[in-house]
Amino acid sequence: MAASTTTDNFKVIGTRPIRHDGVDKVTGRAKYGADYAFPGMLHGKVLRSPHAHANIKSIKIDKALKLPGVKAIVTSKDLPQAENKLEQSGEMVINPMYLSMNILAHDKVLYDGHAIAAVAATSPHIAEEALRLIEVEYEVLPPVMTVDVATKPGAPILLKDLRNKEEGDKQTNVAQHYQFKRGDVEAGFKAADYVIEREFNTAMVHQGYIEPHNAVGIYNSDGQATIYCSTQGAFDVRSLSAQVLGMPVGHIKVVPAEIGGGFGGKTTIYLEPLSVLLSKKTGAPVKLVMSRSEVLRASGPTSGSKIKVKMGATKDGKLVAAEIWMAYEAGAFPGSPVGAGAMCIIAPYTVENFLIDAYDVVVNRPKTAAYRAPGATNAAFASETIIDELAEKCGIDPIDFRLKNAVKEGDAQVVGPPFKRIGLIQTLEGIKNSPHYKSKLTGKFRGRGVASGFWFNAGMQSSATVNIHADGTASVVTGSPDIGGSRASMAMITAEVLGLPVTDVRPITADTDSIGHTDVTGGSRVTFATGMAVYEAAKDAERQLIERAAKVWEKKPDEVEFRDGKLHAKGNGVPPMSIKQLAPRFPRTGGPITGRASVNARGVGPGFATTLVDVEVDPDTGKVQILRCTVAQDAGKAIHPSYVEGQMQGGTAQGLGWALNEEYFYDDKGTLRNSGFLDYRMPTCLDLPMIETVVIEEANPGHPLGVRGVGEVSIVPPVAAVANAIYRAVGVRMLETPMSPPKLLKAMLKHRDSTKHSAAAD
Amino acid sequence: MHAINYEAPSSLDQAVSILKTHGENARPFCGGTDILIQLRAGVRRTEHLVDVKKIKELQTLSFDAKKGLRLGAAVPCIEISDSDVMRKHYPGLREAAHLIGSLQIQNRASVGGNLCNGSPAADTTPALIALGARARIVGPAGEREVPVEDFVVSPGRTVLKPGELLVELLIPAPAPHSSDAYLRFIPRNEMDIAVVGVGASVTLDGDKVKAARIALGAVAATPLLAGKAAEALVGKKLDDAALEAAGHAASAICKPIDDMRGTIDFRVHVTGVLTRRALTIAAERAKKN
Amino acid sequence: MKKTLVEATINGETVEFLCEPRQSLLETLRDVLELTGSKEGCLTGDCGACTVLLDGHAVCSCLVLGVEAQGKKIDTVEGLATQGVLSVLQNKFLEHASLQCGICTPGFLISAKSLLDRNPKPTEPEVRYALAGNLCRCTGYDKIVKAVLDAAADIRSQGEGKAAAR
Repeated sequence: MAASTTTDNFKVIGTRPIRHDGVDKVTGRAKYGADYAFPGMLHGKVLRSPHAHANIKSIKIDKALKLPGVKAIVTSKDLPQAENKLEQSGEMVINPMYLSMNILAHDKVLYDGHAIAAVAATSPHIAEEALRLIEVEYEVLPPVMTVDVATKPGAPILLKDLRNKEEGDKQTNVAQHYQFKRGDVEAGFKAADYVIEREFNTAMVHQGYIEPHNAVGIYNSDGQATIYCSTQGAFDVRSLSAQVLGMPVGHIKVVPAEIGGGFGGKTTIYLEPLSVLLSKKTGAPVKLVMSRSEVLRASGPTSGSKIKVKMGATKDGKLVAAEIWMAYEAGAFPGSPVGAGAMCIIAPYTVENFLIDAYDVVVNRPKTAAYRAPGATNAAFASETIIDELAEKCGIDPIDFRLKNAVKEGDAQVVGPPFKRIGLIQTLEGIKNSPHYKSKLTGKFRGRGVASGFWFNAGMQSSATVNIHADGTASVVTGSPDIGGSRASMAMITAEVLGLPVTDVRPITADTDSIGHTDVTGGSRVTFATGMAVYEAAKDAERQLIERAAKVWEKKPDEVEFRDGKLHAKGNGVPPMSIKQLAPRFPRTGGPITGRASVNARGVGPGFATTLVDVEVDPDTGKVQILRCTVAQDAGKAIHPSYVEGQMQGGTAQGLGWALNEEYFYDDKGTLRNSGFLDYRMPTCLDLPMIETVVIEEANPGHPLGVRGVGEVSIVPPVAAVANAIYRAVGVRMLETPMSPPKLLKAMLKHRDSTKHSAAAD
Repeated sequence: MHAINYEAPSSLDQAVSILKTHGENARPFCGGTDILIQLRAGVRRTEHLVDVKKIKELQTLSFDAKKGLRLGAAVPCIEISDSDVMRKHYPGLREAAHLIGSLQIQNRASVGGNLCNGSPAADTTPALIALGARARIVGPAGEREVPVEDFVVSPGRTVLKPGELLVELLIPAPAPHSSDAYLRFIPRNEMDIAVVGVGASVTLDGDKVKAARIALGAVAATPLLAGKAAEALVGKKLDDAALEAAGHAASAICKPIDDMRGTIDFRVHVTGVLTRRALTIAAERAKKN
Repeated sequence: MKKTLVEATINGETVEFLCEPRQSLLETLRDVLELTGSKEGCLTGDCGACTVLLDGHAVCSCLVLGVEAQGKKIDTVEGLATQGVLSVLQNKFLEHASLQCGICTPGFLISAKSLLDRNPKPTEPEVRYALAGNLCRCTGYDKIVKAVLDAAADIRSQGEGKAAAR
């Protein structure tokens, strides 16, 4: 089902061709990072801390080095001093010192799984055996696992350099405080007929990509290094690794392998500098691959959080005030997405008066990394639950309540500037018109819930080249690792501009030496920003084609037109010429044609989604079954609708997993107890229904094709939608995630007790 | 993983002899779905894996209406869940085998391996206990039989001594008007370890219970036989009150832990729920037999 | 560590290789035989990315030892296409856009093949049950389930039965 405001008469865009990398991926030929092997290659393994918080008193590696087959061991002593400063890196702000401390612990370990040393050996098994021979002496410190503990007066301090300017420059675990405000909150609440105030807690969750982190490093004696790895951003791996290794950026080439999922988690570095360090020490290529347990213990989850929301509405359903306090677990180093969460939490609604305070808090957990619309899902769980409750108080249908308050073009964003054309209202209407919404949900312990979500989407830098080949076909080269089918979209955009069949365009993801700088595949930016670069590069090629045809026809370029994939001379009866016909004449008219473009893309179109969920609750066990689910999302323009739907379905599935069973479960010592897919419970095929999609196409005026990013926002509403559905099924408002059976059963039993008591009192 | 030796004997005698030679340092190896994970994680250490899948006695699945079922310790779960004999006579045990892991796991894992792994949460163990199964063990000192409820002694430890091997499980022939059921609670619909598992068998005499057995998994250090909960049903109609009482009695013997799979309160509560449900299903089936 | 000589039939070809007893079948396929189509996602049998057929039965190759392959028949994703022609399942995965990152795809294809070999007319719940041992984090499974159902229908309508599912 689709609703569209774009009327362009596209030939390729909007169709569903087979992706160009498809055959490689169904035959096992596609090369992911762990699939690379080189002659003489060694295998590396990483020693990790068993403690959540401890000082490292000593590390002895002699015994391990003596094990036959062990070639080298590195510790933080092998890393240069990195600077304590803040620096923009892709979507993130990074501090090189903290990044270095995360790659290999310096004098302190800060979470269960924190890397301490890395070994290179002739087989992964020998490297692993060597880890057991490394002796580390620890002074164990009390673990700081939650925001509450971290912010208590006298709490153990994680990072000695972290100071809080707001509290008299004292040592602190609070890395950052953000505040956003508008209007007069007090007056706003006075005008409200209903005020709801609740506290929410969400558990830390992982991106859960199926492919573990990997890297092969090759350091040459001339000081040049090459890294093969599965990453969302080869240029980021290059610059971050250069920082940590103290190497010039230009001395590192990063070859992005096929990538087995990332969802934000592969936008930073873990193994990459280690592979280079070990290669430098041994003179051989070194491959490191994380185990699943290492992935969960030591690679970027997203923050658990504590969020207090107070919102008020008038009885006719107008939101008038919001007061919000939110604190996110950053993990061991500063940098949770709480700032983004704060800007998202009421973004879908016009609220004249608000005050939002947001805190980034370090705790003894792995450093968080981006995860699909980072920070927004936690936030929406809180605000969309309150919205649901306010709608109920007002006696208004929850979709109508949202429609009454929904932002539209011209309304101010949380940070001030007005929205351009956006599609929230269309997603709400899309849900209202869906077969799912129109169907009746019957049966006991069943409920239907709805929620909406917002995500900024990103622009940033991208480069593209379009090469026209001697036979008139083309290749399109970008620096954006393809994580979910974007190569097909790049080829489709090229084909659309040049009037070629999509099969005549070969899309390539290039290494860092073969294409201009391109920021991460993240922020839903590839089809938007890299797509913009591709569009411009194809247009550049088109201009050159016109010039060449003009030369051939001995005309001026403005006497030649390019349309329908053909060059036309204006005026007299010269028959049109296809690219295929023109291509053989390239050598004699100036040489090969390469269209180029680099952009720092402006004109980002924010994404909105609305999700409708039906659930059934087992009243005796608290187990929730997802019966039906529909998501409506604004794609601006769906280049390849199948992969747009795929993004919507995938984000929704992750949101449903987040809602029901996913969580980091630490014991009181700060040890992660569920560092495997057995107990980190992501949805299986049997846990989900088909996920119905409503693709809204509210063209983004900031993009030549109307595209807005689609990769993230679908993860934002599901947690709240499930909570709202559970409420309608069993009358219980769940204020924490996951809404797992033990938690829901406890809440239901308590609710039953209280309703019994109130019934008795009546 | 540390270095290991692998042998795949084709006879029981050979297997026992290899196991005896290496003593504590050897372990029978069947589907590998638990032990390889444990060896890699370093929670078990063994130098010699003795693959028992080629031994005929361990691959037998045979049913006799009088003598009952002989279930070789290495018979893969998939064979059990595909078996019409199992479907007809031991549907509860079949369900338990069918619930273990994915199809990929069921193609490798065996009921014997599930038992020898010694996990309190093993799915098939409560189902076996409910049926009154006995484990036939062969070792350097000869043969012995152990009731399945006595087989696991603590998490990961069993009655098997160095050199001993579980050969088969002996399950009595079902009495007239009897049947069994196994239910487990997991947060997802597949791929989880039981948070609570309940096996029940019921023999009816008209509308009254003639005999019953209830066994619990994942609610104590070992699988439990809930003797009192079952005995109290004998001679009674399986009505709501009787089910409620059985559920309470089963909950009462639970000594679970709080962990990433569930809380103590949750496990105790759900034990009651599943006990009632499993008994109901077993009784429904028994009526038809 | 001493290596063992193993002879097995892999994707229809008789193959001899050396492996250490501690090496899993997955490691043997990937590192010894350079068949890197089977993927490692967890090494605990929970994700299914390493699924192969062992004597026709779907197994997690991370939970099988390489030495166990002796005398066995093993089928991996590399053997699904016949002489360069994709199988119905492979084509349906492409048509339905059933893969995004693609890392789980080899395992799903093998599990789906295993299902269709046994049950040419599966219902949606049967497909979901058969694929429950394979985790996909990208797609929400929707397009995977549709591809398998469509492949089954296609194979039936072609009347090629089991052979075509390969």
